[in-house]
Amino acid sequence: MKILVAVKRVIDYNVKVRVKADQSDVDLTNVKMAINPFCEIAVEEAVRLKEKGIASEIIAVSIGDKKCQEQLRTALALGADRGIHIETESATGSLSVAKLLKAVVDEEKPELIMLGKQSIDSDNGQTGQMLAALAGLSQGTYASEISLDEGRVSVTREIDGGLQTLSLSLPAVVTTDLRLNEPRFASLPNIMKAKRKPIDVKTPEQLGVTLTSTITTLKVEAPAERQAGIKVASVDELVEKLKNEAKVI
Amino acid sequence: MTTLIVADHDNTTLSASTLNTVTAGSALDGDVHLLVAGSACQSVAEEAAKVAGVSKVLVADHTAYEHMLAENVSLLVRDLSEGYSHILASTSTDARNIMPRVAALLNVEQISDIIRVESQDTFARPIYAGNAIATVQSTDTVKVITVRSTGFDAAASDGGSAIVEPVSIVHDAGVSSFVGAELAQSDRPELTAADIIVSGGRGMGNGENFELLYAVADKLGAAVGASRAAVDAGFVPNDYQVGQTGKIVAPNLYVAVGISGAIQHLAGMKDSKVIVAINKDEDAPIFQVADYGLVADLFEAMPELEGKL
Repeated sequence: MKILVAVKRVIDYNVKVRVKADQSDVDLTNVKMAINPFCEIAVEEAVRLKEKGIASEIIAVSIGDKKCQEQLRTALALGADRGIHIETESATGSLSVAKLLKAVVDEEKPELIMLGKQSIDSDNGQTGQMLAALAGLSQGTYASEISLDEGRVSVTREIDGGLQTLSLSLPAVVTTDLRLNEPRFASLPNIMKAKRKPIDVKTPEQLGVTLTSTITTLKVEAPAERQAGIKVASVDELVEKLKNEAKVI
Repeated sequence: MTTLIVADHDNTTLSASTLNTVTAGSALDGDVHLLVAGSACQSVAEEAAKVAGVSKVLVADHTAYEHMLAENVSLLVRDLSEGYSHILASTSTDARNIMPRVAALLNVEQISDIIRVESQDTFARPIYAGNAIATVQSTDTVKVITVRSTGFDAAASDGGSAIVEPVSIVHDAGVSSFVGAELAQSDRPELTAADIIVSGGRGMGNGENFELLYAVADKLGAAVGASRAAVDAGFVPNDYQVGQTGKIVAPNLYVAVGISGAIQHLAGMKDSKVIVAINKDEDAPIFQVADYGLVADLFEAMPELEGKL
């Protein structure tokens, strides 16, 4: 089976973001960028399915400017077979991304499409579901375990009260939660090999998708700062403060 | 203009987060309708009809909607969307699963996890794990939105007298089916609605030591949460997790025990009214957001705290 994995280039998860002085966005100049952690888990799961002999080919796709080819190379170094880069200049909303991915799905006809459950920059958590809707496919979001069996995929999902297991007909869209797996590190030989793997560059026009956005960001602000607190010396003092000063117990 | 809210429930009771979403819906200055989609969910519909500020309750009662499968419920919401200016749901895992699908079927964007309504087309939402707040404006004809419960007060659960109207539309896309669920059992309050939360991190050492937190939590009538480190180490189930990828909470009192305070954890709790940190590392980042910090060994401090409550 063919697996399509979508990966996004985002700010490294350890970086504390700073809002630009003009409130237009967060400042991403000279900031460390990386593959979105949830996308990395999606790549890892696809590679594991290939190692088990279930998947035959893994295609990694990324949408954005030229620099997102770095993240495609990372996916290739982790074990994806080839990459597709859809080159766009501006930031793209979830619906447009889903439309672009739908066009790739129509061309490549994968049986399983894997995405992260959310990107850690916009924190939207929409793309997988939107893609499934546009392509008319079943969806297994927040997956912490998946298993494939006779044309169906069984997905254990992390839900508010615990876990839920669904059975989906293929092709299906699965979005990964953190507990699905622990991604491997790319070895140096694999990073070298990844340089020779093909990346196909496409434009939205070639895929027949017009990028539009109905959402405008008016401003981006830093959240309200918390007042600096105090250190207490003992449990007695803590209980006394909570009772009499903060009045929360 | 009228707002449709997709109610969050378990076929027996309406979730508390739906009440917060009603408040967000009421802030849009129009009628608020609630959709209860489920199976044998009459008691939820009755509860929904009493919520203050709701004028109509639509009830789609069919086995196809029993487990809120996104493929089925999204088609139902799409069919009902005509005439609504806004479609809202609380940011529960069910809504996060369904609503983007609804938006795509309607060919509109979705606005996730709003914390403020600025006007009928402008909303504030956190991005970058809560380290920035974006104000966004939408020109979509119908605005599909998920609402962060902790951003809005709860509407009164009684005093309303909405009309209840059955919906006969049945969609079974036939591409997904429910196999089973494994739900965590707990007598303590639900994490996202709790007034007080006691949370443990890697510093707890193991699952048995969480008994120290349960003891304190029971004295305070608090819920128990955890950091990702504690969940990954298997100390507690994953639905305890507070943070960017877990639950977002904003209780009156949040007690962080043995939690260092990584960006991703702070994203889930830094809007709490009072934060207490108990940690033996005085340089732990959690102390930078804590109102009261106690530098101490939690294995000594927690039993002492329990004894003094």
